[in-house]
Order: sequence, then C-alpha cells, then structure tokens
Amino acid sequence: MTELSKSGAAVGEPTDASPAPTAFLEVRDLKVHFPTDDGLVKSVDGLSFSLEKGKTLGIVGESGSGKSVTSLGIMGLHTAGQYGKRKAQISGEIWLDGTELLSADPDHVRKLRGRQMSMIFQDPLSALHPYYTIGAQIVEAYRIHHDVDKKTARRRAVEMLDRVGIPQPDKRVDSYPHEFSGGMRQRAMIAMSLVNNPELLIADEPTTALDVTVQAQILDLIRDLQKEFGSAVIVITHDLGVVAELADDILVMYGGRCVERGPAEDVFYQPRHPYTWGLLGSMPRLDREQQDRLIPVKGSPPSLINIPSGCAFNPRCPYADLPKDNVTRTVRPELAEVGTRHWAACHLGKEQRERIWTEEIAPKL
Amino acid sequence: MLAYLIRRLFAAAVMLVVIILVVFSIFFLVPKWAGVDIATSFVGKQADPHAVAAVREKLGLSDPIFIQVWHFFKGIFVGRTYSAGGDVTHCAAPCFGYSFRSEQSVWPVLTDRFPVTLGLALGAAVLWLVFGVAAGVLSALKRGTIWDRSAMVIALGGVSLPIYFTGLLSLAIFSYGLNWINGQYVPLDQSFSGWLGGMILPWITLAFLYAAMYARITRATMLEILGEDYIRTARAKGLKEQVVIGKHAMRSTMTPILTMLGMDLGALIGGAILTETTFSLPGLGQAVLTAIKNQDLPIILGVTLITSLAVLLANLVVDILYAVIDPRVRLS
Repeated sequence: MTELSKSGAAVGEPTDASPAPTAFLEVRDLKVHFPTDDGLVKSVDGLSFSLEKGKTLGIVGESGSGKSVTSLGIMGLHTAGQYGKRKAQISGEIWLDGTELLSADPDHVRKLRGRQMSMIFQDPLSALHPYYTIGAQIVEAYRIHHDVDKKTARRRAVEMLDRVGIPQPDKRVDSYPHEFSGGMRQRAMIAMSLVNNPELLIADEPTTALDVTVQAQILDLIRDLQKEFGSAVIVITHDLGVVAELADDILVMYGGRCVERGPAEDVFYQPRHPYTWGLLGSMPRLDREQQDRLIPVKGSPPSLINIPSGCAFNPRCPYADLPKDNVTRTVRPELAEVGTRHWAACHLGKEQRERIWTEEIAPKL
Repeated sequence: MLAYLIRRLFAAAVMLVVIILVVFSIFFLVPKWAGVDIATSFVGKQADPHAVAAVREKLGLSDPIFIQVWHFFKGIFVGRTYSAGGDVTHCAAPCFGYSFRSEQSVWPVLTDRFPVTLGLALGAAVLWLVFGVAAGVLSALKRGTIWDRSAMVIALGGVSLPIYFTGLLSLAIFSYGLNWINGQYVPLDQSFSGWLGGMILPWITLAFLYAAMYARITRATMLEILGEDYIRTARAKGLKEQVVIGKHAMRSTMTPILTMLGMDLGALIGGAILTETTFSLPGLGQAVLTAIKNQDLPIILGVTLITSLAVLLANLVVDILYAVIDPRVRLS
C-alpha cells in the first residue's frame, strides 16, 4: 500500500480515464441506463469515487437517486442473469484491486462475487431463500469459493453465526429464515456475506427493514466486523443517521449523479450543496431540544428519463435563481473542490454557499 | 412433520366417508324424491309389477334412507347380501352393486378399466411435465424473443384446441394417413410395444393440452421468481447461472406446478372422457359415458367414487410433497 492510501484517503480526486488506479476500489464515470418503453432511464449517469480498504463510504440519497443501482453495478448484477431483449447499458470503469470489472470476463467477475466483494441486502426475509435452511445457504456461499466438504463448511457456518451474535448457532444453523426474527435474519445475512472474508462489503440499506433498537446493534456489528476483517465497506442508505454512525466519507447522490462528497465530518458540518442542506434539514434529531418541524425537501425526485437540464436539482432548489444568466437551468454543474478532499456540484459561488449555510441553514438545524 | 402427516391422513379418511355418503345420496335418493322409480328403471319400461316389486325388495329400495346408506357403506368395506324371497346374491367386498344393464358386478368393471385410464393419465403427465415445464422455463429465460413468442402462440393453440379436434387430427395423420401407428388399444400385459403403440397418440394429444397450460403457468411463475430478492442473493454469492436457475429458481417454481399436477392427475384418473372416446380406449371415462347413456346408476356411482378417491389421494400426495418442498407449510 502506498503512503497516500495508508493516510486513509477514502475519496479520491475525480480522475480522467487513466489505467491502474492505486485505490482498492475505484469507480470512474459509471453510467447505468435501462431502456424502457417510455425512454432511457438514466439511473446512474456519470459517477466516480474511490475507496480504500478499512474505510467506509456512505452513499446517501433519496429513493431512485441511483444508490442501489450503483451497488448492483459494482457487483456485476445488472449483467448477470439478464434475460430477454432489454439489457442494462453500462459504461465507465470499475477497478477492484487492479482489475477492471466491466471489461473482465463475466465468469471471472462471478468468481469475485461473494468472495472478494459481497453484499448485504435491505430486506433479509426476501433476500434469503425461504425453502433452504440458514445453514444450507451459508454453506453454499462458502463452498462456491472453497473446495471443502459439507462438514467443514457447516463448521464454518456455525462459526460465522456465532461471530455475528446468533445464540445457539449449532442449533440455529438448521433453522429456516421464517423461523428467525428480523434482526436475526439480518445477522444471518451478514454472516453469509462475510463467510468468505470479502475485501469489499456493500451494505444496501442494511437496517431499513429493522426496528430501531435492532438497527443500532446491526450497525455496531458491521463496524466491529469491518475492524476485524479490514474490509472496505460501502453503506447505502437514505438515513443520514446510519452514515453518521459508520462512514468515514459521504457521497450524496441526486438524479443518478454525485452532488457532494467528502469526509463525513465536513459533509455533516460544512455541507456545500443545497440538496445536502435539504437532507440534513429533513433528518429528525433527538439531541436537540425544542426542535421546530422538520423541513422537507420540496418537490419530488426527478424523472430519470427526463432529467432536468442544467442542475438536476434546480426545480427543487430554493437558490436556483441566484446565479446569473439562468445558468442553473442550462449548464450542468461539475464537481468542484470546496475544501480538503471535499467536492460539490453547484453553480452558487463558494463564498455564497458558505454564507447561506452559516447564516440561514445551520442555525435552523 | 409426522404430526402433519397424521393430520392430513386423518382428514383424508374423514373426507372419504363423507364423499361416499354424499355421492350415494345424490345418486339413489334424489331420483326417489324426484319421483323416478329406480326399480322400474332397472327392470324396463313395460315391466311386470311383480318383477318390479322383487327388484325393489332385493335392492332394498323400500328400506328407510339411513338403512340404505348403511348397507351401501357396509358393502364397500365388508360386502353385502341381496336377497328377495329365495333369490339370494352375495356381493363380496368391495361391493359397489351390480350394473343395471349387464348385471355384472361393478367392482370388476372398475378394476378392468382403471389401469387403462391410469396409464393414459400418468404417461401423458410425464410428457406434459417434461415439455410443458421446459418450454415454460425457456420462454421465461428468453422473454420477449421470437422463441418466447412462438412457444406462447403454440401454447395458446394447445389450450384452445379441443381434444376431439387434435385427437382426430393426429389419428388422421399418423394412423390413417402415414400409417405409422396402429391406433388399437392393446393391454399392457399382452404386448408392451402394442400397448405403447396404442397409447402414444392419446398421450400426445392429452399432453399437448396440458403442456400448453403448464408452459404458461411455468413461464409466469418463473418470471415472477426471477425477480425475487433471493435470486439476486444467489447471484451475489457467485453461483453459476445454471445453479441459480436450476436450483434456487426451480425449487420455488415447482410449488404451483405441483398444485396443478395434483388436481389435474386426480381429475384425469377419474376418466379422460374425451380422449378415451376419441381413441376408443376402454377406460373409466368411456365406461361412465356409456353408463350415463344407459342410466346405469351403480356404474356411474362406482366411477364417481373412484374419481373422488383419486382426487383425494392426489391431493394428499401433493400436500405431503408441499411440506417436503416448502418448510413453511410444515408449521401450519
């Protein structure tokens, strides 16, 4: 590892296409488009980021902002098992530990799936096969990538269930998913994802389907396991509380693009994009007394078929008219540096945004 | 699992008793209330009143209803004796009575014809399962392509064309036109190849209809299952696509197919009337058709009970298989 990566730069600079990145995971100009009868759905439209081992990146955004599509894209799950005529159109580059995944042999990517990179899904009840025992599903995940007999794999499954805090793992290994509670199921799902010691773990809304008390336990578990295994983790969520808990860096997505990214501290305390302000304003906080009503982000998420021209956020942005010449509606803003390793894509002037944040937004939060 | 099994078996036994009672009531008591004299129907229109009275006595038709039901019920399990004056006939168990027309005992008629129908139904089922499910899975995997479209058009034809059309067409082409197959039915114990030759067209005809239905249901189910989260999980593990489809998706797709198979097989074992008539197969369906024409109540009753039993057994087997496939069923 280089000196730079040791210092923990989880978010790299936006890079032009140049091969062999130094980061463990580097995504460059990723586009995932789906052809439909109504037109081309641009779920992800030019996303770049990088991530080092041992670090956690939180991707936040509302439903349909392209968070999950990004994660499935990294896993190669848009192309695997696509049937019929309509196929997702994917372009860009995804470098994982020196291998470019989009141009790699699909069977090679399949062998990386579940071993070098694995995923935790949102709803563990529907993400586990209802007809197979928890143990059988973990054993299967292990034996795809390890040439061991069933007994050894089963021992490994019990060990993993124990590790994620399932009581009596040697008995529960033979239970079916419907015999587990929601939190237990998510623990089992995590055990399954980690059974092969993956170097990259993608958690797609890992706590959304769980009740609040269990959420905290699951987040603690993910954090502990990351420390133990030293994996790179991507947490995808619409819940800023979750990323506050876990992430070293935050990437805010809107309309299939990154609108702001940087170290978690900076994005939380010095956000430089009006959409991030909106997200923070709509987050309930228990640590503040006497809070006024939550401030929702006005309007609804953009259509991914007809993404608004200019800045995708302009129809909902209270400051859209501030920049001159109607530029917010005609020119798409590029990510620009607003701090150390901190970028935002906005037409407002840097100083202007600093002023709006400190004078208008921050006091209300 | 064992408790589930015992519960299901017990329920099936109770159901069987209820079916026997209800079916007997329908066939013997309803004519009585409707003013139709079974004894007259047995003897013939210009009957000697003495003969009618003798028949009425022998069949116990003047007994109270519950006695009649009891005798019938007892007859099935331990046999019964018909007697009128000096005329005594013992009918050994399982006794379903005697045909009004041929005066044969009903049970041997059933046992003669049952293997024909069973062979027809099982053979066709194997064909339609193999081809219907395969076509359905392939259509689902090639959704929207020319393969999918053609398979579904053929399936639409299969579902829409009646057996007496496809059956006669296949006879006209393969038996009379090309002369490949001698359409005569030959019992299995006489000649295996002869039996195969006689059964192949009925199998194909019957299987075509059902394969079409199964292809459609398989395609729809498979498409639904392929969208399930746990299929995505299976891929995320790094499983080969063949395993994702063949193991994870197929196991779930089998559930509705199995339900259909249970009902269809049960109903077919009671007699595939159209197929048997088209191909002159001496099965239960043909027997019951003749019996209905002749108002031969005991035969109709016998076949109806056999059908009910077949449906009951088929459903029992399906329920047990269900519990084997889907662990969630075992609890409830």
